[in-house]
Formats: sequence, structure tokens, C-alpha cells
Amino acid sequence: MAEVIRIVLSVVIVFTFVAVGVALFLVLMERKVSAWVQARIGPRHVGPYGALQTVADLLKLLQKEHILPAGADRLMFAAAPVVVAVAALLSYVVLPWGPGVIVRDLGVGVLYFTSVLSLEVVGILTAGWASNNKYALLGGLRSAAQMVSYELPLGFSILTVATITGTLSTVRMVEAQPYPWYTYPSVIVAGLVFLVAATAESNRIPFDLPEAESELVAGYFSEYSPLRFALFQLGEYGSLFATSALFVTLFLGGWRGPFELPLVGPVVDGIFWFLLKTYAVVFFFMWVRWTYPRFRIDQLLNVSWKLLLPVSLANLLLAGLLIAGSG
Amino acid sequence: MAEAVAFYGLTAVALGASLMVVLSRNMVHAAVSLIPVLLAIAGYYVLLGAEFLAAIQILIYAGAITVLILFVILLTEGATGLRVRPRNEQVPLGAITCLVLAALLIAVLTRTPWPQTRSSLPEYNPGAVGESFLTAYVLPFEAMSLLIVACLVGAIVVARREE
Amino acid sequence: MREVPLDWAYVAAFALLGSLLAALPFVVVWLLAPRSQYPQKRLTYESGVIPFGSAWAQFHVRYYLYGLVFLLFDIEVIFIYPWTVVLRQLGPLAFVEMLIFIVVLAVGLMYAWRKGALEWA
Repeated sequence: MAEVIRIVLSVVIVFTFVAVGVALFLVLMERKVSAWVQARIGPRHVGPYGALQTVADLLKLLQKEHILPAGADRLMFAAAPVVVAVAALLSYVVLPWGPGVIVRDLGVGVLYFTSVLSLEVVGILTAGWASNNKYALLGGLRSAAQMVSYELPLGFSILTVATITGTLSTVRMVEAQPYPWYTYPSVIVAGLVFLVAATAESNRIPFDLPEAESELVAGYFSEYSPLRFALFQLGEYGSLFATSALFVTLFLGGWRGPFELPLVGPVVDGIFWFLLKTYAVVFFFMWVRWTYPRFRIDQLLNVSWKLLLPVSLANLLLAGLLIAGSG
Repeated sequence: MAEAVAFYGLTAVALGASLMVVLSRNMVHAAVSLIPVLLAIAGYYVLLGAEFLAAIQILIYAGAITVLILFVILLTEGATGLRVRPRNEQVPLGAITCLVLAALLIAVLTRTPWPQTRSSLPEYNPGAVGESFLTAYVLPFEAMSLLIVACLVGAIVVARREE
Repeated sequence: MREVPLDWAYVAAFALLGSLLAALPFVVVWLLAPRSQYPQKRLTYESGVIPFGSAWAQFHVRYYLYGLVFLLFDIEVIFIYPWTVVLRQLGPLAFVEMLIFIVVLAVGLMYAWRKGALEWA
């Protein structure tokens, strides 16, 4: 019985965090960062410095009418945003927030992470198909082609870290990272590949062809109105945060900081550093988004298949050689 | 108790969704209905303690093969819903095939001595799997790479011929 | 309960309860939102003109080729996952075995590349 309560509590806590600390906060942050990059002011009227802008947006969305497009597939149109949001939520099970602070330390940790994120592709593809809109279908297909292409380099860079640390568990990966972690050349290459592939996986500029508002309106969610649109946002920012958190876990020492905070104890200290680093990585992704132009689709697929894939595969073998030689 | 509930729940999902796959007249619906079936099978693996297998079931089947199936449907006329007959009209031949297949499966199911070794699965799956294919089963493992390349070459030849 | 099924009970709870929590705000929408549907409102967006035909068209074979090459490399990836955790213990022999496996697949990749399966055009 106690276990059931723990299960329910962990779902509710993580969901609340993803809704408030990730979706609501990151949308606001995105608007502030874009304003900063473009020398604008950004939202400032609702709440102090516009801090409650996205809360107001959410309240507005709650009062709006759902519109089912003509000729759309009712059931799949409704199910797709839920699939995308839940796939993002599932990846939070294996994120190590601090020493001992994790929902479940699965034995197949990082493999589980990539598995559930691959389910997102299915949601996006069905959303595009179910909308009965040409832009949406094109966006959904492009997105699926892009996400599957970049899953491979992403997987190989995760595997490089797994090879060096000798484990798939996210907790043990953090614990196994010796300082200074960055002196391993394979780790640096894997980290760079991970950053590029993660940008593409989350459909962000310069890899935002699936949504490309200037050519596809909004891609696979063109036809989605109020709350279902909000669920797509939840999924999108949820997986952006989760991928950034995985980057912190694999390459930036996870919950370990350069020094210990006084008085608060190891758990709060760990959570503090983990969140600080993750939000910093999220900021990096936003900075890139508002700075660079978009790739063409052939360029985008070439980067993945002809550059990142061979490089990350060779890098993985190099790391394997190192470990096999030393072991 | 909890495991029995989980088992029957998974079975209900797997059977219900399989019926949708077979009975749906819309090919995209049929393809998407495969996902709950595949995830329920991942659930069976978990109940058997085969965690690694469950994870790759999600990654390969639910995440990759369904996307491939959807691509195939979308590049044929299936997705347009025009001039498509999702049902076979060869009723007598189909019925005979089904009955023979069912008889074969039942015969295999009832005659195979299923080993009851649930508890003997190693606690940490990936290590045990890796050890077995890198030592005892190294030849099938290397042959697998040739099989994959053969699939790749075949698919490219077939797809390029159409152009 | 054994450890592995318990781990995944959390995963199942995240999937089921998560969907429920994600669907909960729809009740609020159902209570608050206005309802007025007429045919023009339900038209899909097509640059301002009335949509032409159905959106469900046939797509190019290149999507299938990318999907297939991806699937085959994904199968390669699942063999590497167990390899990473036993490499240290099994040493150079395991490395050579994986090297052969990957080189064969790299030849496949080169073939796909040369045959233009990785070209968008």
C-alpha cells in the first residue's frame, strides 16, 4: 500500500514540475530570450516583469473552444497530443536529480530514455495524418524522417559514455564520471554530437523544418486548437528539458557542483546544481534557436547521415578501443 | 496478486488492440493499433524479468517498425482511402489457410515442453545478454550483421527499380 | 514484489496516470468553452483558399528508404548496448568482435551512400 502511495505521489510531483517548472516557465523563458536576442523587451505587462504571462495564456486556453477540422480523424486527432506529452513525461523516470533523488534507477536507464523518446515520433506522425491538412501531413512526415535520422547519432553518443563508464544506469553514470571528465577526447566529440542531435530531436532551429512557420504554417500542429495545442507545447518543452537534463547527466557531472552549498545538505545541493546546469543547457538551445537560420531538408539529412553518423560511430569505436585496452 | 492483475490487464490490451488491427478497414488505424499490442508484449517481458528485452521491444517495434509501417502505408494508396480493398475477398481459400495455421499453432503450443525457469533469469539483463552473444553465440552475432546488410541492399534495389 | 517489475510499475503509472492528468484540463474546457460549430469554422487552413481535395496523398519512396536504413542501424544499436557494459570485463576480444560487426554494417552504409539512398533528391 505504501508503495502505491509512493508511485502516485511521484507521478503527481513530476507531472506538476513538468507543467509548471518546465512548460509554463520555459515558454516564458523562450519569449524573454528571443526578446533579448532581438533587442526587444518581451512580455512585461502581466505580473512583475511579465512573469505571469504564460499563466494568463493558459487561463485563456482553458476557455477556448475545441475545433475538429473537417474530414479529420476524430480519435487519432485527440489521442496524438496525449501520446506526445506522455512520451516526454515517461523520460523523467530515469533522470537523477540529486544523490538518491530519482523516480526509479532502471537497470537499462539510458536505453529506456531513448526508447520512450522514440514513441514521440509516432504521436507526431499520427497528429499530422489525422489533421486532414496538407501542411500538417507534410510537417508530420518531415518530422518523423528527421527524428529517426538523428536518433542514431544521439544513440551513439550516449553509447560512448556508456562504454567509458561501463553502465547503462543514469545514477551510476554520474557517479562514474571522474574529474576532469573533459580530458577524454571521445567524451568531447560525443558531447558535441549529442548537442547537435538533441537540437534536431526537439525540432528546433536550425532543424525546425517540421514546423517551419514561414512554409508549413506550424507543421503537424497547424490544426490544433486550445488545450491540445498546449499538450503539444508540454511535450515539446518537456522533452527539451529532459534531453538537456540527460546532457547534464552524461557530460556535465549531473548533480555534482564545483563546490558544496553551505548548510543545505547533499540532497538540496545536488538538486540545485542539477537544475542550474539543466536550465543553462536549455538557455543554450534557446540562444541557438534565435540566432541561426534554418537548414534545407537535404542539408539536414546530410548532416545526420553523412557527417554525424560516421563521426559518432568512429568515436564510439575509439572509446571502445581505449576501454578494451585498459581493462 | 499485483502481477496477476497486470498480466490480465496486458492480455486485455493485447487482444483488444489486435482485434482492431485485424478488423479495422482503415490501414492507418490498423497500423497505429499495433502500438498498444507491442507495448503490452513489452509488459509481458517485464513480468518475466526480461527488462532489456522490454526496452528494445519499445525502441525497435513500437518506436521504429511502426514508423516504417506508417511510411509504407503513406507511400502507397492506402492512406488516401481511395480504390483500396482492405479485405481479402477469397473467403474459402482464406478460411482454409486460417484453419491450417491455427491447427499448426495449437499443435506446437500443446506439444512443446515449455521450461518453467522464471526465477533463473539473471538480475542484470544487459550484462548477461552481452556476455552470451560475445562468447557462446559469437557466430550468429556476426552473421546477423550480414543479414542486416542483405536487407539493406535488397530494399535499396527494390526501391530504386520503381523510379 | 521483485525489483524489475516494481521499476516498471512506476513506468506504467507514469503512462496511465500521466495520460489522465494530461486529459484532466479537458473537463475545464468542456465546462467553460463556448460551442458553436458551423461548416466554415471547421475548414482546414490552406493559405486562405478553400481546401482542395483531401490531404491524404501518396508520398515519395525516399521516406521509406530513410525509415528502413534507420531501422537496420537501430538494430545495430541494440547490440551495442549490452556490449558497452561487458567490454571492460571481456577485453580486447569483445572489441574485435564488435569491430567486425560494425565494419560489415559500415560497408552497408557505404553501399546505401553510393547508391544514393541517402540523397533527398
